[in-house]
Amino acid sequence: MATFSFYLFSIVAVLSGFLVVFARSPVHSVLWLILAFFSVAGLFVLLGAEFVAMLMLIVYVGAVAVLFLFVVMMLDVDFAALREGMAAYLPVGLLIGVILLVQLGFVFGAWETTDIALAQRAAVTPSPAEVDNTAALGALLYTKYIFLFQAAGLVLLVAMIGAIVLTHRKRVGVKRQDVLTQMYRDPARAVELKDVKPGQGI
Amino acid sequence: MIGLGHYLTVAAIMFVTGIFGIFINRKNVIIILMSIELMLLAVNLNLVAFSAHLGDLVGQIFTLFVLTVAAAEAAIGLAILVCFFRNTGTIAVEDINVMKG
Repeated sequence: MATFSFYLFSIVAVLSGFLVVFARSPVHSVLWLILAFFSVAGLFVLLGAEFVAMLMLIVYVGAVAVLFLFVVMMLDVDFAALREGMAAYLPVGLLIGVILLVQLGFVFGAWETTDIALAQRAAVTPSPAEVDNTAALGALLYTKYIFLFQAAGLVLLVAMIGAIVLTHRKRVGVKRQDVLTQMYRDPARAVELKDVKPGQGI
Repeated sequence: MIGLGHYLTVAAIMFVTGIFGIFINRKNVIIILMSIELMLLAVNLNLVAFSAHLGDLVGQIFTLFVLTVAAAEAAIGLAILVCFFRNTGTIAVEDINVMKG
């Protein structure tokens, strides 16, 4: 069963990865990307990393992919024109891809675990019977890697502020609340008292 | 029996697909960004596979940080893209030559 699931998820992941690159419209690309994320999350579950798998779904499918979809649909671009000349780059791309794959194959062919690899583990995974994957990750993340965790939060904060600053624009002709003007307004200048005689207008 | 090698093979194929996508879509920035996401996904798969194989939980911790950086990168990249499109009306890579790089 695990073998069947592995082949199912991995074949779907690889195929949808190819379709991300080759899909006709970017909207389809994003949808294939979502399928690839789902498949890899399935592989994570098979590897016993439930928490990362669920986080993957929430962060990637829920945030990143939707962001991509949003931007693709917001930009009014003729995507068909952008696809022209794709065939011209195909041989070079294929060549580089094949070279890289062969190199990775060589790395894998020569790779073997050193004798001291097991002794050099920084944090031994507790057995799933004792503690959940999520609890084990939390116990490690909030103690030994707390500063890295804070730094990751900082990265997200800077990214958020940067994205807002980049895309924010001041529109003309839109009435907004101006807090400072409201605060510095005083009755002496705002209200004018007129002494109106009876029976006369102003 | 599914071993470490199987997962590494899948990750390698996905990584190469991402690089291939960058080379083949030389005009569309959005597809290039998606290819980068695909490559980061393959790296995450590598990290988790080694983490499971060696019994070292740090691989999964690192995956979380890669995830964070990927999300930040997507947000900033798409913000720059929207900003650029607003100014020039195009997202073709060859038109992005303001800095003469």
